[in-house]
Amino acid sequence: MEAEHLTRILPATVPVTLVRDVSLSVGEREFIAITGPSGSGKSSLLYLLGLLDRPTSGTLRIAGQDTSSLDDDALARLRLEMLGFVFQFHFLLPEFSVLENVKLPMRKAGRLTSSEMRDRAASLLEELGLAGHLDKRPDQLSGGQRQRVAVARALANDPHVLLADEPTGSLDSKSSEQVFQILRDLVKKRGKTVIAVTHDMDIAARVDRRIHLVDGAVVSDERVVPAAV
Amino acid sequence: MRLILELALTHIAGRGRQTVVAIFGVALGVGFSIAMAALMQGTEKDFIAQLVDTMPHVQITDERRTARRQPAEDLFAAAQFEGLRPKEDRRGILNPAAATASLRSWVPGRMAQSLRTQGVIRYAGRDVGVAVIGIDPETEARVSSVAGDFVEGSFDALRAGGNNIVVGDSLARRIGASTGTTIQVVAPTGQSRGFRIVGQFHTGNNARDEGETYVLLKSAQILSERPNAINDIRLQLDDPEAAPRVARQAEAELGYKAVPWQEANESLLEALVVRNVVMYTVVGAILLVAGFGIFNIISTITHEKARDIAILKSLGFTQGNMRRLFLIEGLALGVAGSLVGWLIGFLLCFALSQVEFKLSGAGVGREMTRLPLFWSPWHYAIASAFALISSGVAGYLPARQAARLNPVDIIRGAT
Repeated sequence: MEAEHLTRILPATVPVTLVRDVSLSVGEREFIAITGPSGSGKSSLLYLLGLLDRPTSGTLRIAGQDTSSLDDDALARLRLEMLGFVFQFHFLLPEFSVLENVKLPMRKAGRLTSSEMRDRAASLLEELGLAGHLDKRPDQLSGGQRQRVAVARALANDPHVLLADEPTGSLDSKSSEQVFQILRDLVKKRGKTVIAVTHDMDIAARVDRRIHLVDGAVVSDERVVPAAV
Repeated sequence: MRLILELALTHIAGRGRQTVVAIFGVALGVGFSIAMAALMQGTEKDFIAQLVDTMPHVQITDERRTARRQPAEDLFAAAQFEGLRPKEDRRGILNPAAATASLRSWVPGRMAQSLRTQGVIRYAGRDVGVAVIGIDPETEARVSSVAGDFVEGSFDALRAGGNNIVVGDSLARRIGASTGTTIQVVAPTGQSRGFRIVGQFHTGNNARDEGETYVLLKSAQILSERPNAINDIRLQLDDPEAAPRVARQAEAELGYKAVPWQEANESLLEALVVRNVVMYTVVGAILLVAGFGIFNIISTITHEKARDIAILKSLGFTQGNMRRLFLIEGLALGVAGSLVGWLIGFLLCFALSQVEFKLSGAGVGREMTRLPLFWSPWHYAIASAFALISSGVAGYLPARQAARLNPVDIIRGAT
């Protein structure tokens, strides 16, 4: 994933620059935290990287493909196949069971048979410690459990990159730790790339790479030697 | 596509109360428009049926639309004639046998011929001016509504030997006669004969009940000294709506004035047109109000689902998927509402048709006891088409808007 001179300006009577001339390159198996004060454009950058938003200028290449020339439907396809999202709030569909929520992206992609989808969703949820909750509704789960369901859903189509926007922002410290462990395992054991926006310094301290933003611009981009956990 | 359908249905099923409210809203709109339309059209049909049933669909008389050209006009190329004394025509339809035979060959329906003349009924020192109509009992019974209005006797009784007459019950009461009484009928020719009353009818139309009498065609011809003459042919068509066409053709063929019932009741029908405009405005207004209600309910649901749109888009669903999802949801609510609405409409119609009331009084001839309702699949089709269109639009417009929204904006708004 290559970003060059990404800039996003929110058009308004007084245009607001959310992201200013950001260039970065993300490889495989990276565990990245984007940090910065409130309003520094962390989330905006994440949305740009996640193809949820289009940059005002600059280019973003994913797997060598320039995304600026793609139409919305093609972007949706890329999101479906390459990217997974976890937000601060779980954003599960309240009318669907946990299992159905996880199956949704798979059904959209339509590559697996119904029973394969079920098995895959169930095994993902089991790995995340939700074995007994498959048929519950999201509102019957705790915050940490919901967030783990959201992670399972993000992983449904086996994406290359998982994007997380304050994944632990609304969780207590115990659940936060669980989610963090899950994200770290994704990188270490499954070879995914995880990009997480956070202002939880405890988490930021334990990732492989920290990108610090101030006023939409990158002020530091440092790789750290993994701390012993 | 199946996924989208399932998503839509789960969405709908997942919000029980709201769904019920939406379906009920649609159903009420559909149901009431159906009932209104049925009632409106029912009363109209009833009114026309009353009109059509009591009078001939086409009446051919021995009159002409324009005065007959005089021989002098054909003979001399003059611009104007003064003091011309018109040739006196033999009255009545010329060559009635040929006329009726030719009509019978193509008119889709039944016909009756008669000789209509004026006369005075004289009984117990009282004189009453009436129309004396000479008929053939057999054919008359098939054409005239009077045949069904007999209080005593029937047209057939006319045939039972001697001079017989059928009169309206009001007339009989007025002159103090009853069935079996012999009354004197005086014709304009001065002829006077005694007729025995063999039947009485009550049509509800006072003018007829007091002013019409029926005798055998032969008797009328003798009374008016016009052997073999008839001056009135009445047609009862299989399809009353065909009357103007049949009348035009008959007039072209015979040269006599043929009046369809529509022409004879022009002013009444004109009033009906005004009434129809009012009726369709009312039904249209109901449909429109219902449509707005449907739009309102469904667009509210769609707006509430904006968050789901953002989620699904972030998962990789396209804008088109989202539009279709909410279009389906709107349509599904519309379909469910229509079905329930049909039931409501049907029950309403049934309930209305059970309402009984009496209109009776001196001025009102017929007693209406039930509300006339007209059942037509069109009412159901139009009402649900309207509901489906409004619910489709109501699902589609907000969904299109929401699908275009950047998911980021919705997510930001939510956090």
